[in-house]
Parts: sequence; structure tokens; C-alpha cells
Amino acid sequence: MALTQNRTNKQKIDDSLFVPLDKHSAELDVMVRPSLGFWQDAWKRLLKNKLAVSGLFLIVLLTIMAIIGPWLTPYTYSEQTLSNQNMGPSSEHWFGTDNLGRDMFTRTWYGARISLFIGFSAALIEFIIGVIYGGISGYKGGRTDNILMRIIDILYGLPYLLVVILLMVVMGPGLFTIIIALTLTGWIGMARIVRGQVLQLKTNEYVLASKVLGANTSRIIRKHLLPNTMGPVIVSMTLTVPGAIFAEAFLSFLGLGVSAPIASWGSMANDALGVLNTGYWWRLFFPAFFISLTMLAFNVFGDGLRDALDPKLRR
Amino acid sequence: MLKYIFKRFLWMILTIWIIVTLTFFLMHAIPGDPLDVADVGSSDAASANLAAYYNLDQSLPMQYVTYLKNVATFDFGPSMTSRSRTVNDMLESGFPASLQLGLATLFFSVISGVALGVFAALRHNRMIDYVTMILAVIGISIPNFIQSMLFINYIAVNIEFFPIARWGTYRHVILPAIALASGPMAIIARLTRSNMLEVLTQDYIRTAKAKGLSARKIVVKHALRNALLPVVTIMGALTAAVLTGSFVVERIFAIPGIGQYFVSSISNRDYPMIMATTVIYSSILVVMMFIVDILYGFIDPRIKLHAKED
Repeated sequence: MALTQNRTNKQKIDDSLFVPLDKHSAELDVMVRPSLGFWQDAWKRLLKNKLAVSGLFLIVLLTIMAIIGPWLTPYTYSEQTLSNQNMGPSSEHWFGTDNLGRDMFTRTWYGARISLFIGFSAALIEFIIGVIYGGISGYKGGRTDNILMRIIDILYGLPYLLVVILLMVVMGPGLFTIIIALTLTGWIGMARIVRGQVLQLKTNEYVLASKVLGANTSRIIRKHLLPNTMGPVIVSMTLTVPGAIFAEAFLSFLGLGVSAPIASWGSMANDALGVLNTGYWWRLFFPAFFISLTMLAFNVFGDGLRDALDPKLRR
Repeated sequence: MLKYIFKRFLWMILTIWIIVTLTFFLMHAIPGDPLDVADVGSSDAASANLAAYYNLDQSLPMQYVTYLKNVATFDFGPSMTSRSRTVNDMLESGFPASLQLGLATLFFSVISGVALGVFAALRHNRMIDYVTMILAVIGISIPNFIQSMLFINYIAVNIEFFPIARWGTYRHVILPAIALASGPMAIIARLTRSNMLEVLTQDYIRTAKAKGLSARKIVVKHALRNALLPVVTIMGALTAAVLTGSFVVERIFAIPGIGQYFVSSISNRDYPMIMATTVIYSSILVVMMFIVDILYGFIDPRIKLHAKED
């Protein structure tokens, strides 16, 4: 105040004192950094993480091999050649053969199909159920939330592999039984994450602003709540895949997985248990190696994704 | 506080009851007659006698009521595969081995997981940190049944450093416990590490340093206590992982525990045995989660237990 009074006393302010800006100075406003959306930013950060990128690369490679692998050999996964029992890896049978003379290379990649199919579909189904259940629970809140969460508490109390095993007994073994059994309890984690996120997000100002502007519930959920929960949800999906692959291998190992001629990494490892000490190392090595490699790839990629999507680490 | 524990306790009983009910009706939804599998004489009188012996002559609701009464008194009835033994006999013979293995696994995974996590955090971005985290990822990635097979083949058979299978001395516990524990251990190590890293940047750690406390005291008294909180939360889930993992590890190492009975009871359709193991395992899990919940309030006074009531 004092300063302006001083000025008015000394000289009168008129238009001649003002100089119009040069046009180029308006360009000072130009962003130093290119404007990036949340996903572009996350993607850039992910690419900097060498481990995560190699994980992603491995996942893509394993998926491609699962698709084309069984076609690279003249054998099928169930073709038995009893004269070729337990042959070591050679130019004819790249991964050797098993005790029924079946080609291990074909069986390994056929098993990859089963494992990846179960992993991906379990993740997808859990995503759908979890987002709907958790979304309703978090958005409605109050009584609805309370009831839905109590149901989750009960389901969580059941040891999940026990449910899976019981269901396999009731429904009979098979690919879809495994997927149903895995997702029956698997969506709980996803629903909890979504609920927590929605509970937190729905009190934000921009949601209120949207409501004031007359947006209906479905628009708020679609436009504001869901896109903002996607980060943790995608990370959880990535980590669901190795869990499902492990569960399938575990069930097949117990003899509760896919039925006999169909190859699965778990059942191949189980078959190798009997010949562990006979020097047929390839019988265990290939299924064991690829289960571990797949789980490693997904875990490493999921970790990298979590780091990339975590806003706390944003610079 | 007491009110909350009581409420939580009632909830625990309710959960166990629902699990018992679910298991009961799931079991009876399985197609096929259990007495067929038990493979007994074909005479009608014998079948009727057997049906009466296993309570299968009653109506389903009546069977359910009888079953609930029996479970409440920990009587799981006669086994269907082993004619002379009851399920309780089999559980009693299997329980000690399973309990020893489970406790050894939990003990090993918590102690070494926390220790690795703390060391990795204190040497952040140095050799030991990287080595620990690589070990952790490997521990998560190699399934426990594959670890068991590798251990048997390379440590027990080739080097003969540990006994191959069976049960008895403490040396028998080590290999299966490590195979079962490495997954949970890796998860605990990673969790402890990331929590420690976060806690170590807090102001009260700087205060403790400024007061001139020794590094050891800072870690044990101030950092670790706060970093362990999330580890306590996942103990319930880890118990579940150890329980289910024990099915397969017990099978590979030929350990005479409950897990073995469970696996064989499924293929033998031994209903009383399946139900008994399900009920016992879920009860252990539910009780564990109850303990974790209560413990949580004691460890962290900031969490007011009664606040959760509404």
C-alpha cells in the first residue's frame, strides 16, 4: 500500500508507461517437457527399468513359443513311441522324451499353452468380478459395504487350495474346473484393492465437482473412479498370473489338474518324481525350468509395473 | 477392547460354522456312493449295516445335525478307507509331524525373512541388498514342490548330507522346512526391507540418532518395531500358504502327516477324512487370523480395536 501511494505521489501512471509484449515472449509458456499422460509417463518409467523390460520380453517370448512351439516339431503332445523311451535331448528330440516316448519339447510348449491360458483367464475373470464387487462395495459404502466385506471375510477364512481341491472332486478334473476353482476365491484380493481405492477416491473434490455438474452414478464410476483405480489393479493382475500358474502346476502335481494325455508343467514334474534318481535329468529340468522362468518373468514385470505406477516415485 | 475381542471371537466361531456347513454340503454334492468305493460285500444287510455305521441311512438334515454335534466335540467319526481306525486316530498319528513341520517352517521363514530384510535395508543399494532381493525373487519363483525335488536329488541323494525321506530326528525336518519356507521367507524379506527403508527416513529415527543412541538400539527399538507391523498382517495368509504347501511337500518327503492323509482321502473318497482335514485346516487358519487381528492392536497402540466396531 505504502509503495503504491508513494508512486502515485511522484508520477501519474498513463498508457505511455506500458510497452506491449513481443510476440515471442508468449512462447515462454511452452512446456519444457512434453506433456505426458499418466500412462505415457508410467510407460517411460517402466522402459527405464531393465529388469521389468526383460520380464516383459520373456513373457512375450514365452507366449509366442506357447503358440508356435508345438508346431515346430513333427510330433504331437500325446503321440507315444515306445521304442524311444527316456531319450536324452538330441537333434531329433530337442528336450528328450519321457517314459512313453513322447517328445518333451512339444509337451513343454503344449504345457505352456495350458499354464498361460489358465494364468491369463484367471487374471481376467478375477479382474471382472473383483472390480464389480469391490466397486459396488466401496461406492455404496455403509450397510452394503459391511455385508459384502463380511462375505469376503468368510471366504478368506477358507484355505484357498482346499476349496480348489474340493471343487475338483465335486466337478471332476479339467481345464475349466481349474479356472473356475481358482477364480472362486482368487477375486477376493482384487475386490479388496478396488474397494479400498474407491473408498478413498470417492471423497475427492473432482468427484464432488462432477456430481455438482449433474453427472450420474454410472458416469462418475466410469469416468472418474475406475480409471483411477487401474494402477494397483493392473499390478495385482500381473501378480495373479504367476499365482494361477503355480496353483495349476501344484494341482497337476497332486494329480488333480488336467487329465492324463494333456501335458501340463505340473503333471510333467510329477511324472519326473518317480525317475528322479535315474539320471533322466531332462524329465524334471524342462518343466521345472519353465515354470520357474514364467513365474520369475511375471513377478519381475509386476514389481517393475508397481514401481512405474506408484505416484510416490514420480519425479 | 474386551468387547472387540469377544465380538471378533464370535465372528470366528461363525466363520468356522459356515465353513463346516459348506464342506458338509459340498461333500454330499459329490456324485457317487462312498460305500461303493469302500468295496464291501454285496449283501443288502451288510450295506444297510454299513450305512448305519456311517450315519448314511439318515436323511440329509439329520446327518448334518449329527455331524455338527460330533464336530463340536472333535469327533470326526470312523474312516472309510481304514476300517479299524477312526479319523481321530489317523489325525492323532499325523498331527505331530505336521505340527512340527509347520512350526519349523513358520519359525524359519519369519526369523530369516526378517533378518534378510533388515540387512538388505541397512545396506540399501549395496551388494547384500541386491543379493538378498535376487534370492527373494528366486524363492518366490521356484515352486515349493520343485525345490523339494531338487533338494532330495542333489542334497539328500547325491551329497547324502540329509536323510532322504521319512520322519524322526531333527535332521528330517530341515530340508522340507526349507522347501516350504523359502516362498514365505522371500515375501517377508521383501516386505521387511521396503518397510525398513520407509521407516528409516522418518523423523523419529533422526531424533534417536541425535540423542546418540547406538545404531543397534535404533534398529531394534525404533525401526524394526514399526517395520514389522505389516509383516504381522500377512501372517494369516502365510499360514494358509504353508498349510496348503505342506500337502505336497509331505507327499514328496514321505512325511507321515495330515497332508498325506488329505491327498489320499480325496482319491479314496474318504468323506469323513476330507471333512475332518478341511475343518481342521480352516480352523487353524481362522484362529490364526483371529490372533493376528488381536495381536495387531497390542503391537500398535495407535490402532484402537474398538474403532473397528461400527
